[in-house]
Amino acid sequence: MSATALPAPGMSRLRLGLRAGLIAAVLALAAMPLLNQLPADHALYVSDFLVSVTGKWICYAILALSLDLAWGYAGILSLGHGAFFALGGYAMGMHLMRLIGPRGVYGHPVLPDFMVFLGYRELPWYWLGFDSFPFAMLMVFLVPGTLALVLGFLCFRSRITGVYLSIITQAMTYALMLAFFRNDMGLGGNNGFTDFKELLGMPLNTGAARMALFYASLVSLVGCYLLCRWITGTKYGRVLTAIRDAESRVRFLGYSVTQHKLFAFVLSAMMAGLAGALYVPQVGIINPGEFSPGNSIEAVVWVAVGGRGTLVGAVLGAFGVNGLKTWLTSAAPDLWLFVLGGLFVAVTLFLPRGLVGLVKGRAR
Amino acid sequence: MKRFLPFLLLLALALPARAQDAFVAALPGLAGGFAAQAQAVERLGVLGDPRAIPVLRALSDGRLLKRADGTLLIREGDTATEAVTGAAADAAGAELVRINNRVRGALRGALGLLQIISPDPTERLAAAESVLRSRSANNVPLLEGALARETVPRIREQLALALGASRLASDDAEAKRAGIVVLGASGSPEARSVLLEARASNPALQVEIEAAVAAIDRRLTIRRGVETAFQGLSLGSVLLLAALGLAVTFGVMGVINMAHGEFVMLGAYTTFVVQELCRDIPWLLPWSLPLSVPAAFLVTAAIGAALERGLIRHLYGRPLETLLMTFGVGMMIQQAVRLAFGAQNREVLSPAWMQGTLLLPGGIPVTQNRLWILAFSLVVLLLVLAAIRLTRFGLEMRAVTQRRPIAAAMGIRTGRVDALTFAFGSGIAGIAGVALSQIDNVSPNLGTGYIIDSFLVVVFGGVGSLAGTLIGAFSLGLINKVMEPWVGAVLAKVVVLVAIMLFIQRRPRGLFAQKGRAAEA
Repeated sequence: MSATALPAPGMSRLRLGLRAGLIAAVLALAAMPLLNQLPADHALYVSDFLVSVTGKWICYAILALSLDLAWGYAGILSLGHGAFFALGGYAMGMHLMRLIGPRGVYGHPVLPDFMVFLGYRELPWYWLGFDSFPFAMLMVFLVPGTLALVLGFLCFRSRITGVYLSIITQAMTYALMLAFFRNDMGLGGNNGFTDFKELLGMPLNTGAARMALFYASLVSLVGCYLLCRWITGTKYGRVLTAIRDAESRVRFLGYSVTQHKLFAFVLSAMMAGLAGALYVPQVGIINPGEFSPGNSIEAVVWVAVGGRGTLVGAVLGAFGVNGLKTWLTSAAPDLWLFVLGGLFVAVTLFLPRGLVGLVKGRAR
Repeated sequence: MKRFLPFLLLLALALPARAQDAFVAALPGLAGGFAAQAQAVERLGVLGDPRAIPVLRALSDGRLLKRADGTLLIREGDTATEAVTGAAADAAGAELVRINNRVRGALRGALGLLQIISPDPTERLAAAESVLRSRSANNVPLLEGALARETVPRIREQLALALGASRLASDDAEAKRAGIVVLGASGSPEARSVLLEARASNPALQVEIEAAVAAIDRRLTIRRGVETAFQGLSLGSVLLLAALGLAVTFGVMGVINMAHGEFVMLGAYTTFVVQELCRDIPWLLPWSLPLSVPAAFLVTAAIGAALERGLIRHLYGRPLETLLMTFGVGMMIQQAVRLAFGAQNREVLSPAWMQGTLLLPGGIPVTQNRLWILAFSLVVLLLVLAAIRLTRFGLEMRAVTQRRPIAAAMGIRTGRVDALTFAFGSGIAGIAGVALSQIDNVSPNLGTGYIIDSFLVVVFGGVGSLAGTLIGAFSLGLINKVMEPWVGAVLAKVVVLVAIMLFIQRRPRGLFAQKGRAAEA
């Protein structure tokens, strides 16, 4: 498979069609905020709700991509990717809280409201620097990346794989959730952060800011997709896939399995952190609930439904399952958990390679 | 009160004339000025005459009236009685006896003292405790009398403490020493604070007091240690129950069942249903909990068998898919229960024999239901062990997990054994649910809190080893409870999680690692 954008001479019609469809889908997404500017009675008008919800789904799609890199290509089924997402979100949230400045309810020039409420005298050391956007963006990548580095190093070095790794990652996100629920973490306790005012000088409640965030997310999604595509196409990517399929054999061939997996895991965690950072200003809140193990495992289902090991599948799965969720939770709220649970069962039993795998299998 | 009065009158007639006179003589003081009132109240308290109780209660409730001639009346709703004789009286023209805070304080002390002669043991105990707090040398004779009559050991202990504290408050040095010895022999934090207070005012007795305080501190440390140990064991027994089923399905079969927590929850709801069914048959109601144990086992085992035959069977050898699939099943079970029973907590009653608190020697409180669960978890462990080691089913189960093709060649129906093993593990989860219904909220989310802990117990103890599960559960419970006072409950949990992750670094296969061929699976 060639990683260049131009169609290679031997490319099948189906593949060409898929690529054209993909570009068309990205263009359609890019057009959404513009169509939102049309008058409300126009045939092509896209509602505010649909635009904002699509912005959220794009963030979920980045999370799904990152999980697909770890699970679909490196065989690391992380049940704690939501933790990386939430950590990125918290880093962005801390920046947004610092930007509120004296506009909080208590009007303190530096301290966020919840700190004034809890009787803090000065900013804890780990809040320093978050008033600067570049520093906060650095932390969006560094915090999840460092956690993944430490956890991954400890696990991969002692050859913890499969379900053991899954349970450890789940325990990790569970532990983080418990820790973040505590008020004395200095991170907002169970209320988390909310009431954000502005980002990069733009008030967040304006249409322009929403549009900018939407495009930032879309560009990030396309960027992450191209990055993952490029990586999985390189020799490194091939070794990674080989590790997924036969870890011991690759190890015996002389490759450092630990390093290969570690790189993929850390990169994946950073992408998840980016997704969280884009997500928080769009939904306007971040709280410890984002760490709940259920969120992480839901992300696994997106990837499983779309088809793991196919990057497009992860993205499609994220859009598809979340679209279904948004529709069902308003149309038949009691039914949603049955459908979600049913998806788990159906995909594992009947569609081990997901929807995209089904199409690919037909094409072969 | 009315029914009580003739009895009181009889009692008054039976009392020696001396005491009768003292009671009657003290009464008029209640109608005097505040200082005289307080004095009279204190005298009535020390006398230990049961007739003083209604009078003092009336005074404290603002129901004591006085006539112009000084006769005291007790108002009971619309009627009134004379305080001395108890005869009915006319309340017209009588005015309310007013009291101030000083009199109120004296009243509290006097009523507390008088309760020492109450027929109700719980009131006597409360009285002994309050006398310890309001210690005074005047109480010594009363307490001595009460101690001589008392038969309940717990109240005797408390009375002895109160007596010791009252002696310490007297002026006589010998009596003080005796008081210090009595207080120092106890393990009560109140005695400790009484001693510390007395230290400042008794420089001469400082050495004795310090020795007594040190002795109490020693006892308190031991007691705290035992209490923490019991709490740890109790948490460990809960973890053991929750993890045992998992030790069978995950440890023995290698099937990862994320719906395990939901099976526990189903067991708890079975307990609720059995209780509701028993509600119409009064003689059966106390037995609903023991009945729930087999019921929960059967219900969850049946669902487990269906799950294994219907779904899990198709995913053998694909553990990650099994994990995801069972998670989905758990989600559906949870939602089904939520729709059927509602999202709110359901109340499961404890039978009388499980309620209450047991006092171990040394005053260590132990809640009965926790004790039962501790014993129950060990019994279940033994039964599981016996089922695996001693029965035909256990033999076939071990044969299939060790070498499936050979077991099949020997005529064992491996598919049936798989289903039975999974049903067995699920049934144990249901039994755990019966126990947990006694100490946790029976709600659809009951299981979610236990699933991660149970997996950690199994992984920590060593997959495939029941002994490892036992040791793992109790050590995790103990570590958790020992750390709680230092870092708080939530952080203790986080620290334990991190510690287990680090532990797995050193011993990836847990405390009791399987050796040989089985370890490769």
